[in-house]
Amino acid sequence: MEKDYEDIPGTFVFDADRSREGYHLNQFCISLRLQKNRDAFQADEEAYLDGFPMTADQRDAVLKRDWNRLLELGGNIYYTSKLAANDGINFQNLAGLMTGMGVEKYREMMVNGGRPIEGNRYKSEWGEE
Amino acid sequence: MAKITAGIGCSHVPAIGVAMDLGNTHEPYWQPVFKGFEKSRQWQKENNPDVIFMVYNDHCTAFDASCIPTFALGCAAEFQPADEGFGPRPVPVVKNHQKMASHIAQSLILDEFDITIMNEMEVDHGLTVPLSVMYGDIPQDGEWPALVIPLCVNVVQYPAPTGNRCYNLGKAIRRAIESFDEDLNVHIYGTGGMSHQLQYKRAGLINSEWDNAFLDRLTSDPEGLAQMPHVEYLREAGSEGVEMVMWHVMRGALNDDITEVHRFYHVPASNTAVGHIIFENHA
Repeated sequence: MEKDYEDIPGTFVFDADRSREGYHLNQFCISLRLQKNRDAFQADEEAYLDGFPMTADQRDAVLKRDWNRLLELGGNIYYTSKLAANDGINFQNLAGLMTGMGVEKYREMMVNGGRPIEGNRYKSEWGEE
Repeated sequence: MAKITAGIGCSHVPAIGVAMDLGNTHEPYWQPVFKGFEKSRQWQKENNPDVIFMVYNDHCTAFDASCIPTFALGCAAEFQPADEGFGPRPVPVVKNHQKMASHIAQSLILDEFDITIMNEMEVDHGLTVPLSVMYGDIPQDGEWPALVIPLCVNVVQYPAPTGNRCYNLGKAIRRAIESFDEDLNVHIYGTGGMSHQLQYKRAGLINSEWDNAFLDRLTSDPEGLAQMPHVEYLREAGSEGVEMVMWHVMRGALNDDITEVHRFYHVPASNTAVGHIIFENHA
């Protein structure tokens, strides 16, 4: 199926291919919605992750809290935000981390009206293919 | 007979719920947001419905990746606010008009909209934040002033249902509601949006011009607006902006000619442009 959305810069559209790739990673993330699972994860992250057959790369990205890598490996933001919530990071601060701007600069950008659409529609505008 | 007398479009930014739950609404950051809903709360008091038909999306809370229904209708007696990772919101349990929900489920399926029936479901901020902004603070042991029938739409895994499908579903929902044999005043909500992107390097995208054009066309050219392809939402309104397809369900359930009684737009609430509109539907 043609993917007419693949030329949007700095964006992953969570389609069926990404969903397949990220399935076990995302199921791990959503498990942290419940307090008893958050407790178990906090007690022993490695042991808790053994319950989810994700790839070595995905597991490594979880342990390192590499938020962008999690998305590159099939994670979806509504799932990875559950891991962030476990760490006490809300959506806005998570976005600050993913954009590389840092929490303060990101917040300032949002207060000033957000990231403009001009120059941010196409990968070619970012010098990407 | 039941009647749809109004349609409400409303963002559901989780941080708005957090601000209310923590009592931070007086802070300068939040004041303009809640000021925009002052008129709405007054209007809501004067026009409180018996039943709210709430078109919303779940954010990987009640639904994990194992089951992704495109349209799921809440038919349970009640819906508990869910723990989304920080503990559940301290708001009342959401109570259904169960008999009407079952009637709508049957009517929609016979009308060829093959929805999923949910007899157990928790609800997240996507449903409770619009209630909170319209009703103000309601204590956890209190009651929401209306019954709520939730319709959960998949907007997380691409593709969400098309705008056109949503618009036509709205028409089928109206047929279902208006064939329910009880004199009830019903409001329908389309929630989510407006422009926002929560993920990756383009996070923080806001497109005010596009958002305001969307509100204009929702009022005056709903059929044309419903033809918008997904890629335009994704590109112009951000990857999470695609949830605005849910507003077409609400608009489809109203007359072509409606009265816009209130509109509010503000940037930002957290990562998101807040949009809100109230339409009165005339008999």
